[in-house]
Amino acid sequence: MSVFIRLVTRDLSRALASGGIAMPVVFFLLVATLYPFAVGPDAVLLGRSGGGMLWVAALLAALLPVDRLVAPDAASGVLDQLAVRGVSDELVVAAKMVAHWVGFALPLMLAAVPASALLKLDGTTLVKLEIGLLLGTPGLAALGVLVASLTTGLKGTSALTGLLMLPLAIPILIFGAGSLAPIDGGALKLLAAASLLLVALTPFAAGAALRAGRE
Amino acid sequence: MSLAFADVACVRGGRVLFSGVNFALGAGDALSISGPNGIGKSSLLRVAAGLLRAETGVVIRDGGVALADEQPALDPALSLAKALGFWADIDGGSVRNALASVDMGQLAQVPVRMLSTGQRRRASLARTLASGAGIWLLDEPANGLDAAGVTILEGLIATHRLRGGIAVVATHQPLAMPDAQKLVLG
Repeated sequence: MSVFIRLVTRDLSRALASGGIAMPVVFFLLVATLYPFAVGPDAVLLGRSGGGMLWVAALLAALLPVDRLVAPDAASGVLDQLAVRGVSDELVVAAKMVAHWVGFALPLMLAAVPASALLKLDGTTLVKLEIGLLLGTPGLAALGVLVASLTTGLKGTSALTGLLMLPLAIPILIFGAGSLAPIDGGALKLLAAASLLLVALTPFAAGAALRAGRE
Repeated sequence: MSLAFADVACVRGGRVLFSGVNFALGAGDALSISGPNGIGKSSLLRVAAGLLRAETGVVIRDGGVALADEQPALDPALSLAKALGFWADIDGGSVRNALASVDMGQLAQVPVRMLSTGQRRRASLARTLASGAGIWLLDEPANGLDAAGVTILEGLIATHRLRGGIAVVATHQPLAMPDAQKLVLG
């Protein structure tokens, strides 16, 4: 088994043990439950605005486990030990991206089914939402790992991670929610492009951040 | 198997920690580093491990490196055997033998978070041993160890050197390392 797969399974089992997988799902479903209480039970209104609401909820859910992605490994010396063994920082970051995506995006896509029922979304919207999540969540996962790597070693980062991550996630949110419109104007392609850009840049940017943090 | 520093200097936070450090170690050699707190002993080990850049000078390293510093790098929630197993699987070493060597075989199923300071030290020694690396970089390895632990540590270093390994040890406590080169910083 390669180091990459070992790192992914290690991160996944740690997330599972620490509640990092259940928490975002519960949060996501709670938002979907609370939203009708806030705007009223009008099915037309819920159906029209609910999809966008779920995208906001997905974005905020992606933020929840960010504190646990990199900081504990940096503090406990795991990153140092990997570096001593010649494992590149880019590989470590890529493994963390994959583990974070599997850990938060796949459960979220399952949770989107009951959530869309709570918000009275029709079948077409649900399918569009799932396709959008499939394309957009890798970008969100990459962004989470990037922000976690950048803020590693700083104190009191939980507020900072949100402030850093949310503005950078605006393209994903715009094109993700935009793809739910009847005439989406190529929003899915732009969503995929924004997501791909984040996925491609993050290993190098976050790897450089980890290296700089060691100096 | 070799490790050599040629006129190495280290700068942290704009301050020169040490400069002009020279040594050359071959198979079976050991180096004992001493000096007051904050003089850069840990930084020197990190430079040797390749984690820190030497400001000036050359570091020549031939062989695998194992670093044991104050961070055990073991998942607190896992049992000792599983936490060590993560590293042993990457390095291809044996957890059982390593734990037996540091006299912790009976603690294999205990979660890492329940271990005492001295037991964590022994655990990172076991990780170093299981790594199979030729160059050991030990940062205060005797900290928190009891008398029996110090004897085990000295024995492991001696065996490692007999097998042609290199040991670089930063320590305040006197450790029995026959014919070790000495480096006093500061």
